[in-house]
Amino acid sequence: MNNNDKLIIGGHEFDSRFILGSGKYSLNLIKAAVEYAGAQIITLAVRRANTKEEENILDFIPDNVTLLPNTSGARNAEEAVRIARLARELGCGDFVKVEIMRDAKYLLPDNQETIKATEILAKEGFVVMPYMYPDLNVARDLVNAGAASVMPLASPIGSNKGLATKEFIQILIDEIDLPIIVDAGIGRPSQACEAMEMGAAAIMANTALATAGDLPIMASAFRQAVEAGRKAYLSGLGRVLTRGASASDPLTGFLHN
Amino acid sequence: MENQFFVDNDLLSDEALERKHRLETDPSFRTDHMKYLEGMEVISSDIRSKVINEMESYDETKYTARDVVAALESESCTIEGLKALLSPAAEPFLERMAQRARLETSKHFGNTVYLFTPLYIANYCENYCVYCGFNCYNKIRRMKLSAEQIEREMKVIADSGMEEILILTGESRAQSDVEYIGNACRLARKYFRMVGLEIYPVNTDEYRYLHKCGADYVTVFQETYDSGKYETLHLAGHKRVWPYRFDAQERALMGGMRGVAFSALLGLSDFRKDALATALHAYYLQRKYPHAEISLSCPRLRPIINNDKINPLDVSESRLCQIICAYRIFLPFAGITVSSRESASFRNGIVKIAATKVSAGVSTGIGDHESKYSGKETDAAQGDEQFEIDDNRSLDKMYTDISGEGLQPVLNDYLYV
Repeated sequence: MNNNDKLIIGGHEFDSRFILGSGKYSLNLIKAAVEYAGAQIITLAVRRANTKEEENILDFIPDNVTLLPNTSGARNAEEAVRIARLARELGCGDFVKVEIMRDAKYLLPDNQETIKATEILAKEGFVVMPYMYPDLNVARDLVNAGAASVMPLASPIGSNKGLATKEFIQILIDEIDLPIIVDAGIGRPSQACEAMEMGAAAIMANTALATAGDLPIMASAFRQAVEAGRKAYLSGLGRVLTRGASASDPLTGFLHN
Repeated sequence: MENQFFVDNDLLSDEALERKHRLETDPSFRTDHMKYLEGMEVISSDIRSKVINEMESYDETKYTARDVVAALESESCTIEGLKALLSPAAEPFLERMAQRARLETSKHFGNTVYLFTPLYIANYCENYCVYCGFNCYNKIRRMKLSAEQIEREMKVIADSGMEEILILTGESRAQSDVEYIGNACRLARKYFRMVGLEIYPVNTDEYRYLHKCGADYVTVFQETYDSGKYETLHLAGHKRVWPYRFDAQERALMGGMRGVAFSALLGLSDFRKDALATALHAYYLQRKYPHAEISLSCPRLRPIINNDKINPLDVSESRLCQIICAYRIFLPFAGITVSSRESASFRNGIVKIAATKVSAGVSTGIGDHESKYSGKETDAAQGDEQFEIDDNRSLDKMYTDISGEGLQPVLNDYLYV
């Protein structure tokens, strides 16, 4: 495989294409999860980092990984912008995953507000990675707003239901020049692999690991699945017959007779 | 069997005693509990009628094992499914309910458990709620903390490591007005990341004011959703007005609060109907206000000062577990709080299934954190407790115990924005 196959987000290069969540499992497992997943980017909720020193999640995150603070808890663009600025003040760097939810039940993202927040934060120099419902028009607006990647959901957060929005994610992969990072709902390594085969630039998972029997082993399973999917995508998948067999006599053979 | 709630108090004047007895024995002497008092805001909402219609038509005997299995096997739980899970037919399925509840909890919360502590700042009360230690006829030491005392208590609690606080008062506007509570919220913002309120219900503009002062979550216990039963337990005072209390969470959301919590006090009335109504109250309000963070508490009746016989009657621990599992399966995204009214062993078990929030370092008295936390005797006045707690673990102990169960204790996951 090409050793130069890098994930590039906002000018930063990463070898790993597996982004790890941090918010749903024991803090003392974070280090092992990062190692086994081979992850170079880890997300964390700013609201969770907004704590006193004794149990600060930031202290559990290895120094060599890039922090991707998220704006969870934001209900509109204005709140997301405020949370992103706080992340910067807390020393979390310039990356930010914009998450804006007006729905406490399904935690579905508000695309309109996400576009607004992306535009403001990109102008302030953030590397903005917006979480969104996969809609091509919105993705284009996010590109124009200055996003560094686009993060469509596969299915509702925490559902482990896999690629429910597969067709629409494929459209984003085909039409958007930024990295498409599949976020939310990926429950199994096989689903992560499938998304990578489709051409997703990276995968983000949290609940799938948090609810696994053995978190480090599941982390390494995801790592392998993401790598396998990436290799398959780069190598070019073989043909798949959708119906019947391949005609041995080409229908257009008469043109050559 | 019923609880015997009425206890006389030798400090009461003959006149007061006579009034107390008349309230207890003569329904015609009591005010209309469905009629709003002057100054109580009336909002237009159909949630109350929806909840009460469902509750009144609930026939727990109608549900069979087949209904319970169907509810457990369907992907999302309907109202009919919830009714089945709360019914007696579900009792043999408790382990399966717990398994399903745990799955739902882990999807939405992973293995995190949030910790908080309550801070009672005053125990004056103008109501006669017969089961409550703070009731106006109960002989207890009354107290209201000054701003300095509140700050001192908060400092002691914050020094223990706690980052979320729930401020409580007895229900007395005269002694603990909205401004007094607002000042406590402002002080709390200095010491804590998250501030919740459990006070008497107020109007929308007052919730808005308290939100500006730093509070973002409002808990109101409806006690019982059976208004007829409610009337026999809340004999006097503004708390007697049942519909005003019902609409409190909606007013809190209209006032800009981020989240609201609901509860029936289990053991006061038919617990299955009350549990159903609590879950539906939260459910319908969330549908109307989709951004609202909702949570449920599940307190059972406890003994109080001067009446150590009060108990939750037929709401056994296994029935409480059934209720909590049903809540979780019906509302997978809702926070569920289990208070120190329950034993340490119950709380250790239920956080592995469905509870997402537990209190630690709890006192339901007034001004006694310093002596309780440090073990030091003080000369400072203290006010008596609202009820007896069962689980008296400190924050440190709770943190260690939860970690020991393989769960992640979380002290804060919140930003005031």
